[in-house]
Amino acid sequence: MPPIIELREFKKTYKTGEIEVHAVRGVNLTVQAGEFVAVMGASGSGKSTLMNTIGCLDRPTSGTYLLDGVDVGRLQRDQLADLRNQKIGFVFQGFNLLSRTSASENVELPMLYRRPAVPAGEQRRRALESLTKVGLGQRGDHTPNQLSGGQQQRVAIARALVNTPKLLLADEPTGNLDSRTSIEIMGIFQELNRSGMTIVMVTHELDVARYAKRMVVMRDGRIVTDQAVDGMSSAQEELARLDAEQKAVNLAP
Amino acid sequence: MIILASIRLALRALRRNLLRTLLTMLGIIIGVAAVISVVSIGNGAKKQVEAQIATLGQNVILVLSGNVSRGGFSMGFGTAGTLTQPDLEAIRKEVEGVEGASPEVRVFSQLAYGNQNANVQVSGVSADYLSIRAWPLKSGENFTEQDVRGATKVAIIGQTTKKTLFGDQDSVGQSIRIKNAPFTIVGELAAKGMNMMGSDQDDIVLVPFSSALKRLAGGTSFRSISVQAADAKLVPGVQHDLDDLLRQRHKIQDGRDPDFLIRTQQEISNVATSTSRVLTVLLGSVAGVSLVVGGIGIMNIMLVSVTERTREIGVRLAIGARTRDIMMQFLFEAIALSVIGGIIGIGLGAWISGRLSGVMGSPTVVAANSILIAFGSSALIGIVFGYFPALKAARLDPIEALRFE
Repeated sequence: MPPIIELREFKKTYKTGEIEVHAVRGVNLTVQAGEFVAVMGASGSGKSTLMNTIGCLDRPTSGTYLLDGVDVGRLQRDQLADLRNQKIGFVFQGFNLLSRTSASENVELPMLYRRPAVPAGEQRRRALESLTKVGLGQRGDHTPNQLSGGQQQRVAIARALVNTPKLLLADEPTGNLDSRTSIEIMGIFQELNRSGMTIVMVTHELDVARYAKRMVVMRDGRIVTDQAVDGMSSAQEELARLDAEQKAVNLAP
Repeated sequence: MIILASIRLALRALRRNLLRTLLTMLGIIIGVAAVISVVSIGNGAKKQVEAQIATLGQNVILVLSGNVSRGGFSMGFGTAGTLTQPDLEAIRKEVEGVEGASPEVRVFSQLAYGNQNANVQVSGVSADYLSIRAWPLKSGENFTEQDVRGATKVAIIGQTTKKTLFGDQDSVGQSIRIKNAPFTIVGELAAKGMNMMGSDQDDIVLVPFSSALKRLAGGTSFRSISVQAADAKLVPGVQHDLDDLLRQRHKIQDGRDPDFLIRTQQEISNVATSTSRVLTVLLGSVAGVSLVVGGIGIMNIMLVSVTERTREIGVRLAIGARTRDIMMQFLFEAIALSVIGGIIGIGLGAWISGRLSGVMGSPTVVAANSILIAFGSSALIGIVFGYFPALKAARLDPIEALRFE
């Protein structure tokens, strides 16, 4: 079985006018199935460019990128779209749900672009299944403005999962959430990872990165650290601890 | 993405901003309604003219007497009295394919019956006249060739004149005075209605032309001769032969203007309909311009919509929408806008046409083809004016679109 992500000597150069910006200056990265990787780095470190490339939204200037064995560099715009549709689930910082559209319809969205087409009944069934996975099985008919931030992000995760992707790609998934909700979302990620989902997550918070199994740190377009997370946090334990603290506060006279 | 899903998506997007949708549609609605009602008025006018032309009779060729001009002013055809009884006899004998021919002598005179009187057009015609003009009798009978030869004082009375003089009484067999000469009424014409000029064709009395010349007009010439061809196919030949015959008889040299005028029914109807056609085309194109303006409105709103929904487009692209999917989504939205607007416009146009025909007292005809054309052109406008915004949406870069605030 090929690795999910295989980047070799990946470089990305942007041209703004006369000046060439070297966003990524040669990255080698291999992610095997079942990994949970956190990509960290300051802004301008090249982590966004790396994410866009891993997400098949962009192509390398040089070097190769194989996603699940497919050479992305050779693909056309529509082929990239199909690849994203079938192999990647996106979770964004700003949730990016369609407003005034019910949660289940939001979750159905990726199936709308699935080729061959998914029958309508099957779409509804899979959307419900996906929502149930993130604990929102009862809220399918709620629109985003009727849901809390954490719930909206769960809908976004359900949407990312609905086409059974090979890779879940999260860009600052907790950036807009409070700390407790962030831990809940990380809990969902850890659970998904336990059941075999490969996850790559960009974050600039070390607290959040500690829920991953492996941490990659970027600086100036290069990977400077790539190691297993020492003393990985467990969202389940964290939540239990928070609940206990809360209880203690409530019981205090 | 299947087409049905695209349509559903488009309708939902339009419903989300109902007021804006309706205002955008308004341009198309007004344009289509204007086109439909203008064309229906034009069609109605044409139908009316055709119906009136048909009252002239079938396959009729009208030979008008030449015109008198005094000091450069033409007094109009029929004033010179260049057509005579020998011309009529010659037409009957020498031109092939002639079914019948009747002259017309027109006199306006005072009519009296008892203490009732009326000022009416008295036409001197031959016995063929009624069959040429396909004008049935309501009661009584036509006068005969004998009456024409003998210049008998008999008359056939039109419905309007009959009502003026006799009211509800029976007129056949009664005697009326025309210019103080007693005429016996032998028949009563069926009602025919107005002619193209809007005058009442039923306010008339028909007498043998010989009687009209001898007792009323005092002359020997006719205003016109109506010639009926035996078949529609014979009309051009008869027209040509008439021209030859009359030129020869009137000794008109080649290249000179004749002292008579020949008009077929088709020519009369062409003249009558061309005015209304020009008007219809003119008003129709003004209405068409408003359709285009409506299309520009759609383009404008679609561009706004694409900009507003840049992030949505970004999300759709990220989760796997192809260029064509996004293109279709926005194109269908524009088409839905214009087609729904078009349908409403057709309804509104039909309603306006109905009201107009009531107000103007003339019929309007909403033709099926004008509905089809209106529908087709509004769909076309959606495609044409929706194309550019849709292309703009489809060509967005997913990364840029996702970052758009």
